[in-house]
Amino acid sequence: MLERLRIGWRHLIGGNPLEVKNSVGHAGRSSFAAACAGSLVLASVLAMPAVAVAKDGAAPSRVVSTNVCTDQYAMLIAGEGQLLSVSHLASDPHASVMVEAAKAYKINHGRAEEIFLMQPDLVLAGTYTARATVELLRRLGFRVELFEPVKDFSDVREQMVRIGKLLGREERAAELVAHLDTGLAAADGVASGKTAVAWSANSYAAGTGTFTDAAMQAAGLTNPLAEQGIRGGGRVPLEVLLTVKPDLVITGATPYDAPARAQDNLRHPAFHDAFGVERQVGIPDAYWTCGTPFTLEAIRILRDAAGATQ
Amino acid sequence: MSEIARYRLVLATLGFAVAALFVLSLTVGPAAIGFAEGLHALFSGKAAEMTVIMREIRLPRAILGLMIGATLGLSGAVLQGYLRNPLAEPGLLGISASASLGAVVALYSGLSLAFPLALPLSALAGAALAVIVVRAMAGSSGSTLTVILAGVAVSAFSAAMASLALNLSPNPFAALEIVFWMMGSLADRSMQDVALAAPFMLAGWAMLALTGRALDVLTLGDHAAASLGIDLHRTQFLAIAGTAASVGAATAVAGAIGFIGLVVPHLLRPLVGSVPSRLLPASALGGAAILLLADISVRLIAPERDLKLGVLTALVGAPFFLWLVWRARRMAA
Repeated sequence: MLERLRIGWRHLIGGNPLEVKNSVGHAGRSSFAAACAGSLVLASVLAMPAVAVAKDGAAPSRVVSTNVCTDQYAMLIAGEGQLLSVSHLASDPHASVMVEAAKAYKINHGRAEEIFLMQPDLVLAGTYTARATVELLRRLGFRVELFEPVKDFSDVREQMVRIGKLLGREERAAELVAHLDTGLAAADGVASGKTAVAWSANSYAAGTGTFTDAAMQAAGLTNPLAEQGIRGGGRVPLEVLLTVKPDLVITGATPYDAPARAQDNLRHPAFHDAFGVERQVGIPDAYWTCGTPFTLEAIRILRDAAGATQ
Repeated sequence: MSEIARYRLVLATLGFAVAALFVLSLTVGPAAIGFAEGLHALFSGKAAEMTVIMREIRLPRAILGLMIGATLGLSGAVLQGYLRNPLAEPGLLGISASASLGAVVALYSGLSLAFPLALPLSALAGAALAVIVVRAMAGSSGSTLTVILAGVAVSAFSAAMASLALNLSPNPFAALEIVFWMMGSLADRSMQDVALAAPFMLAGWAMLALTGRALDVLTLGDHAAASLGIDLHRTQFLAIAGTAASVGAATAVAGAIGFIGLVVPHLLRPLVGSVPSRLLPASALGGAAILLLADISVRLIAPERDLKLGVLTALVGAPFFLWLVWRARRMAA
């Protein structure tokens, strides 16, 4: 199972059109630039609003992303040398599919100070990024573009197109959208009659209106939590899961090394009595934490699992 | 009514209440299962998933509620008698908090994955350390104030260390679990937890029960007790080890639950007379009843959320604590 996942992942990363451009030289240059910016920071603050604004019409060339989802869009879409820094979560395998690619960029932690030192001409952030940080960066004259968490695949298309526009890489974005659409069409999304509940740590489950739900639908699965009236994410106690009795239980496949009580629900004997291994599907969280073309891999695993439970 | 008859009546009433609450606890939960249906599934084993719910989710929860409540009530009664301090109880003396710290260290370091017994043992060690520190601070005079202040310090330190350990864990869920370790919960515990904690709690109860006679004589003072043939060292060992084993194991599986050990002995003392040895079984039953009641309430108030037990026990316990302080002040004046 794990081996299959890893192969699938490599295939995605390596294959067109999701090829990721590593540019080591670029990373070296940018850290030098940051060092210069660092030493000059006091002077520039005193002298004038220290903003490196892209010249009219020119595509931004110093893009900083502070959100794991915009990180992945930016890494997929940006041209050579355009993207300067991604968030630390981009290199966390629990949240990001593009851990390897993220190594080519500087890492930020979404703090105003470090972003200021990078002197970006465009900041990509999530709407859940600390409000104070976004306000501060905007007051300092930086251009900050906010992205909502996606709820379905049309949101994903929209956001990829928007980033394409912002970066002046409309063609690349269109290519990715086409890839996504081809993949979704291939999955066809015809209801298989199988029910599934995505049930993770702390007994949180994905209800209707979540991106997870959208991906499950694309894989032809029915979410029985819709009948329970669970919208968005919600706690579904083990007892309730046992009475809902879905055909499949979708769990995360990338448990953390360090233990926590949060994952005890997946070890509870009652859970294992009710759902044998053949009814559990592990999907690495990173595939659908963000809506990217990588979500197609989650859909593929789900379709395989649904087929296997005939 | 003679005093003995009244004592027996109190025990019988409490025993009945515990039995009733235990059954009620089995029939309350997020899954809609009827009262008769649920009990039938528990015993017959015919209705597949209903039986799994009853036997593997609700039964361990009810057993743990009963045993942990009894542990807290009993240890509160013993600590109040042994330290001759009306404010003594595992929560206020920092014993629960240091047991939590011990459990946190064992659980989040991964030690308990490799060696399951490490969880209760480490909690036990934390609890024992707290009792020893508080006992040492109390000294021979053991003023109420000194003991409580030592408890506050131990509690604050242990809670802070546990928070630190949880915040430093590479698992992002760990930090969210600070609330569990400070407030306690019985949600989705399993028979494995019962198997892990019950032997320690039973051993702790046995040790605490053996202090009964010594506690009766200790009401006359240390010297009088010693001259009446009470082995003070033995009593001290039994009280400390019994509290550590039972409270440590209870905390290891359910987190720190406050105030039960404080409130229950005070409520029952007027009913059983001021004989410490009689208070022990009554407090154990009373503690079990109160914790079962609290655990039923959290499931009725917020069935879909994991409301913590400590929220409810503090809601009742904290005003009661203030009232005790108020009364102590008036008596001192």
